[in-house]
Amino acid sequence: MEARARAHGPPGEPRRIGYLFVLPAFLVYAVFALYPLLKAVYLSLFEWDGLTVGTWAGLSNYREVLTDERLRASFTHALVLMLFFAVVPLFVGLLLAAILHRATVRGLGFFRTVVFLPQVVAMVVIAVAWRRIYAPDGSINAVLRSIGLESWTRGWLGEYAFALPAVGLIGTWFESGLVTVLLLAGMGRISRDLYEAARLDGAGAVREFFAVTLPSVRGEIAVALTLTVIAALKTFDLIYMTTSGGPGHTTTVPSYEVYRQAFELGQVGLACTIGVCLTVIIFAISFVITRVGDRGAD
Amino acid sequence: MNRTRTLLLALTAGAGLALSACAPGSSGSGSGDASKAPSPETVKTDAAALGDVTLTVWDQEVRGGQAKQIETLNADFQKTYPNIKIKRVSRSFDDLVKTLRLALSGADAPDVVQANNTRSQMGEFVKAGQLVNLDPYAAAYGWDKRYPQSVRNVASYSPDGKTFGSGSLFGMPQVGEVVGIFSNAAKLKTLGINPPKTWAEFDAALATAKSKGEVPLVLGNLEKWPAGHVFGVVQGRFTKAEDIRTLGFGQSGGNWVTPENTKAARTLVDWVDKGYFSPGFNGLDYDPAWQGFTKGKGVFLIAGSWLQADLSAAMKSDVTFSLPPAPEAGGTPVTTGGTGLPFAITQKAKNKDAAAAYINFLTSPDAMKVLAENGNLPVVETAEQKAPDALGTDIFAAFGAVSKNDGLVPYLDWATPTMGDTLGARLQDLLAKKLTPEKALEALQKDYSEFTSK
Repeated sequence: MEARARAHGPPGEPRRIGYLFVLPAFLVYAVFALYPLLKAVYLSLFEWDGLTVGTWAGLSNYREVLTDERLRASFTHALVLMLFFAVVPLFVGLLLAAILHRATVRGLGFFRTVVFLPQVVAMVVIAVAWRRIYAPDGSINAVLRSIGLESWTRGWLGEYAFALPAVGLIGTWFESGLVTVLLLAGMGRISRDLYEAARLDGAGAVREFFAVTLPSVRGEIAVALTLTVIAALKTFDLIYMTTSGGPGHTTTVPSYEVYRQAFELGQVGLACTIGVCLTVIIFAISFVITRVGDRGAD
Repeated sequence: MNRTRTLLLALTAGAGLALSACAPGSSGSGSGDASKAPSPETVKTDAAALGDVTLTVWDQEVRGGQAKQIETLNADFQKTYPNIKIKRVSRSFDDLVKTLRLALSGADAPDVVQANNTRSQMGEFVKAGQLVNLDPYAAAYGWDKRYPQSVRNVASYSPDGKTFGSGSLFGMPQVGEVVGIFSNAAKLKTLGINPPKTWAEFDAALATAKSKGEVPLVLGNLEKWPAGHVFGVVQGRFTKAEDIRTLGFGQSGGNWVTPENTKAARTLVDWVDKGYFSPGFNGLDYDPAWQGFTKGKGVFLIAGSWLQADLSAAMKSDVTFSLPPAPEAGGTPVTTGGTGLPFAITQKAKNKDAAAAYINFLTSPDAMKVLAENGNLPVVETAEQKAPDALGTDIFAAFGAVSKNDGLVPYLDWATPTMGDTLGARLQDLLAKKLTPEKALEALQKDYSEFTSK
């Protein structure tokens, strides 16, 4: 083919030609993400069992999500899990990363690997392992017994007050490593000069952290928060494998409800509605996080 | 720029909706056509004369003795009828439950499937017209004579799928299931307890075991459903079998909030108060719980015949199985039980006569023998079979007796599509004393009446 210089106009014009380049990726995205999403929105307007012909339901499924006590509770549980999956790991991660970054630890690579390890293990395996740890004769109770706290022992996942925090703590353990490694990478990029300048100005370790380290890793914090918040809101395998939403309904989460409604109860419309609501919430929260993160980067 | 983007989005959205602009499910399955159902006279029972047929069969007989029996029977069937080729697709139970819905509505549906008896599976498929009414075949092959009513009921639905437990036959099960009481015989001996024959003796046995520092009743209820089996057994102590059946099949006219059911719920709470159950039972797994039982942790275990092979292997002659004692009001024992997953013929099966012949082969008297030889509990002619071990003998006798005396009542979670979850969660609530017996039963009643009033 003959190369031909365009006669007029600056490079990149007309602007609309850009869409042509985006098209292949957009097509893939449209087929595998947008179409299913829209289809889900569409199905959410139906009363459909997945087998027979569905009937138009309008917004009644959405009304049900808002009014059904149990479905509403599942969203609350997801928000509680967000604390354990995102907020706590952020603090743990900041602390660990700051220490690992500051101290010239021997075998830093080793510690980094250890901290990151939970991310490599499949969630199902983690859930099974923790189920044993939390069991009535599991390791936690064994430790409690050995230090004379017999009265504190209990079946952690079967106690109404403890089940949700217990599941949440698994999330904390799981996500802290990811956050730490992300933040460590961010801290590695901070120029040594900044620390030197801070030290010359007489800043201690704590001051240094707040004046130099923290502002510099704002972007990484936003990324870490986005990832962990999404992980918290879409948790399914962990709940499925540990408590099945019990005891009672104290640990159900939206994605577990999607599964239950669609596969166990054959309420595909309602399941889609829950999914759509969850998507909207995830989108809104990540939007806020990136907005706040971006503002800091400017 | 921004306007273009909005326009694009709107266009995509429009296209997406246009693509799917018809009610979901409208182009899927064909609906059931009762007029097409053959009469007993037109059913061809001579499988050898059906010509070359390939049957695609979806089953979940994948574990130990289950796998052995189906492999043996399939091989025998192929030998007897070389003209019918069996294409077997085996899946785990969980997998089958999740994929069957899609498979049946797809174009390439299997011919014979194992469909769970429940409303959310078999009931939905019947409603959608995806399963074949087996009544003509039952008459032609004489299934209705060999299989007692109580067994056929658990695979029967009204043609619209709304009524469970009566109507037409839609599946044929191979094996039976019964919930009863496993006892650690060695423990009973050292504790000086005679195997309890009445409920009063059972209460006394629990109290004695507790006073001697044992765990009287093993329960691991993290999964929510195990307590349902314990409740089912205790309910049989107070409530009449036909009342339980009405509730269990989700037929209208029953009531959860009765003095009898309240007594049953109170008994459970009483057992919790007295510390009879395994410590931390709501946080204890089902499997580790019965595994603990095999290692001497606990005296009694209320569970189903499905644990036979495992318990027998681990405990040999130290474990026995018995039906719950007869109800306090008198009569014969009443307990939860049912069948394994029934085999059903799909509406899309190309040769329904061949499919029926295959099902007949799987459930024949000879098949019952093969089932027993491989350690399964045959659903009929149970007492005539030889069990693989001592515990098996107990269970065969128990199932034979209870099915003959019409004491089998359905699993309570069969009642409504949501009952499994409601029952599990509310029993956890009850046992953790978050709900009083009255409130727990009201919650069950609500689930039940919301469904039956529809």
